[in-house]
Amino acid sequence: MKKEIEFTINGKSRKLTVKPNELLLNVIREDLGLTGTKYGCGTGECGACTVLIDEEPVLSCLTLAITVDKKKVTTIEGIGTDENPHPLQQAFVETGAVQCGFCTPGMILSAKTLLDKNPNPTEDEIKRAIEGNLCRCTGYIKIIEAIKLASVRMGGRRK
Amino acid sequence: MKYSYMGKGVPRIDAFEKVTGTALYTGDLRFPGMLYTKLLKSPLGHARIVNIDTGEAEKLPGVRAVLIGKEAPYKFGIYMGDKTVLASGKVRHVGEPVAAVAADTEEIAERAVELIKVEYEELPGAFDVLKAMEDGAPLVHENMSEYRHAPFIYPKSGTNIANHFKLRKGDVERGFKEADVVIENEFYQPQVQNVQMETHTSIGQWLPNGQINIWTSAQSPFAVRHLLSVGLGVPLHKINVVVPYLGGGFGGKAGLHWEPLVVLLSKKAGGRPVRLVMTREEQFYTTAVRQGFYARIKTGAKRDGKITAGAFFYVWDAGAYADYGVNITRAAGYSCTGPYEIPHIKCDSLTVYTNHPYGTAYRGFGHPEFHFATERQMDLLARAIGMDPVEFRLKNAAVPGRITATGEKLREDAGRVDECIKAVVEAIGWGKKAPKEVNGKLRGKGIAALWKAPAMPSSTSSSAILKLNEDGSVTLSISSTEMGQGTPTGLAQMVADELQMPIEKVKVVTKRETDFSPYTWQTVASRGLFMEGNATLDAVRNLKEQVKTTAAELLGVPKKELEVAEERVFALGRPDKSIPLAKLATAGIFPDGRGIGGPVLGYGYYTAEGLTNLDPETGQGLPALMWTFGAQGAEVEVDPETGDVRVVKMASAFDIGRAINPLLLKGQVYGGIVQGIGSALMEEFIFDERGALLNKNLTDYKICRTQDIPEEMVFIPIENPQRNAPHGVRGIGEHPRISIEPAIANAIYDAAGIDLFEIPMNRERVWRALRKKGEKRAFA
Repeated sequence: MKKEIEFTINGKSRKLTVKPNELLLNVIREDLGLTGTKYGCGTGECGACTVLIDEEPVLSCLTLAITVDKKKVTTIEGIGTDENPHPLQQAFVETGAVQCGFCTPGMILSAKTLLDKNPNPTEDEIKRAIEGNLCRCTGYIKIIEAIKLASVRMGGRRK
Repeated sequence: MKYSYMGKGVPRIDAFEKVTGTALYTGDLRFPGMLYTKLLKSPLGHARIVNIDTGEAEKLPGVRAVLIGKEAPYKFGIYMGDKTVLASGKVRHVGEPVAAVAADTEEIAERAVELIKVEYEELPGAFDVLKAMEDGAPLVHENMSEYRHAPFIYPKSGTNIANHFKLRKGDVERGFKEADVVIENEFYQPQVQNVQMETHTSIGQWLPNGQINIWTSAQSPFAVRHLLSVGLGVPLHKINVVVPYLGGGFGGKAGLHWEPLVVLLSKKAGGRPVRLVMTREEQFYTTAVRQGFYARIKTGAKRDGKITAGAFFYVWDAGAYADYGVNITRAAGYSCTGPYEIPHIKCDSLTVYTNHPYGTAYRGFGHPEFHFATERQMDLLARAIGMDPVEFRLKNAAVPGRITATGEKLREDAGRVDECIKAVVEAIGWGKKAPKEVNGKLRGKGIAALWKAPAMPSSTSSSAILKLNEDGSVTLSISSTEMGQGTPTGLAQMVADELQMPIEKVKVVTKRETDFSPYTWQTVASRGLFMEGNATLDAVRNLKEQVKTTAAELLGVPKKELEVAEERVFALGRPDKSIPLAKLATAGIFPDGRGIGGPVLGYGYYTAEGLTNLDPETGQGLPALMWTFGAQGAEVEVDPETGDVRVVKMASAFDIGRAINPLLLKGQVYGGIVQGIGSALMEEFIFDERGALLNKNLTDYKICRTQDIPEEMVFIPIENPQRNAPHGVRGIGEHPRISIEPAIANAIYDAAGIDLFEIPMNRERVWRALRKKGEKRAFA
């Protein structure tokens, strides 16, 4: 039995009819064509599928699409534009925080929630905020550096 | 010079696409009519397939093709053609695919897989690599002698030994007699997984006219094309392989993997494109993993610290298929000593089939495994003769002028392991007084050195095409794939420097496509920047030659007086004799309108120089295009109660020849170190007694998370340029991941006085060793 849901995706309102067991990850990638959100494990262990629901990071591979009814979903495609990238996106580019890029969208979204709530995080707070996002390329050092740089640029004052 | 990009931390050219989520990976591609694949996998480690009933599955609406092994009898392989894409006749490991279904949706394919009935007759398995070598062990491949293999691979018919690499130098028995101290030890590393964040993903299409199209997460598009052509017996030019961005490779996507399967499914489904995305679980036990490793090493030294002899016995748990494993065995064999000169050497390195998941390349190509053994042994031998392990290493270091195990005299420009060791010693504070206990935790330091050369065919080659565009910009095509290492960015820097133009005007084509892209052997072995770099510089020379030829005619100036810079061709000191590159891109034009020359397409190549085959009995010859040397220093903290080990600090030095891009270089180094720490402390395949992998997910098989990284990492680049390298560079992709395990193990000894011989050095192993040593705080 399909069900109609209405939600906001990257600032735009959408109506979709989905199966009750359809995963949010599949709806985002297949129905909405937003392939920046990645499949890494399907079991909530790697964080590659991270998206924001009402500004909170969630694992879209473990989230049923019907649960986002009336909610606000943000993916990596929705946080900046070509002309005006999000400071985190810019910082990831400049500091060398990107390698293969597969974990990057989820990593940036987890970091965004952190900085939105806590403009001046400590290194430990940064590490905790992204500990659910696995990266096999970078050793995390440059990612942590990028988040620090973005926090400075977004007006957070570092201790 | 107006533009200088060498040695600059230019942000990677693909970064913006990746931070905005617009970079496309194979799994992001969509094709009309695309079908989805699911696999039925073997629950048994070794069993005869008595019967497969696919009747019910085929009847399910939406199922377009069901394929079983006997319909796909093709053998594939790069070094050892031993692999079918579906088990045929018998299954050889738990997780091996037995049948595959292509359907309209993944859900339908999944349901169809559940409807397939397989009858097995279980066979005794080979689940222990050493027992698998014994007479009478169950054979994993009864027909191994019929398999096609590379000429430098030596299988032993009637056994599970898929390759026996031999190296003999000097007289090892005499060497041991000359020694004052001889020690012998055994070491072990388990099978592990590469854990690329992107699982293996392939889309295949076999059209009715015989054209085969493939889009795949492969490291090496030309290797895929070649191996598929040979394996299926179809003409090479009928196959087109496209590789977009890769979500990590680390060796696990080298060679050929699941491309033949999707292609065969497509043929059965009437030519519709068929996609396979490995689940994470399949990534662990269906697709390729890193081989397990056992070593027994005997080394002798004089009291003055000179090593006289080494006997190296390496056994590799290849798992069910040894296609790539046989060459890892060989590469580890010819590098067996580590970066030291040893006059008398005997090495036997053997690839052994077992009923484990099949092995393949993993960052370091056997070197992280055997360096654990050799660099532990260096510390143990230094202790046995009562010498400082750093002094002992320096005394035997393979510095220029010294002779390697294969008889190569290291050139003056070969790089300096001694400088790497000294740099790490300084950075880690070796020999400096430091507290042995901090907050109840035991502290210690350890050092390990390393070397590695690319393992490649002796005549391996790369090529590059550099196209001049109508606005004066250039487009570089290469076929080395982008999987996070950043080679294309380094090449763009080289082109911009050589042409003296802004890097913004240099485009490197993202997609690799065998129908259009220039040939390269593979994207492996830390060879990219060296090989494609040389090819790219050659293409720049060729492009310059072409534009100068036309400009000479137009300007009336001899060609040799012309220069190319700032998007112009000009005669030095003669401002009137100058023409923009843009005006030469499609053809030059004389004042009267006549055209001259034509579209400018620079072509360049590079072929490895001077490499030779190795003697089958002695292993003597020249296998190494370049050696990258390095050293790792670790400072650790051991919890005497729980056995928990934390890496406090890592200091690393590599002789990279020349740093083209320090920003990307650091990315390789830090990333490699953290991968190595994961292997050293936590990563391990755990099997039950019938060969079933118990930890095939990222909860039970941990890789490093943010909290597992060292508090401090120091990287010291050493820059002794290599003569035949582009701008002097050496490969660095794999090296930061080598010798992490022994550096940490040596530090654990320094901290807690316990000697570890097995990887990973997890809490249980360390705790048991602490108990054995009588550490009272290690509570039961």
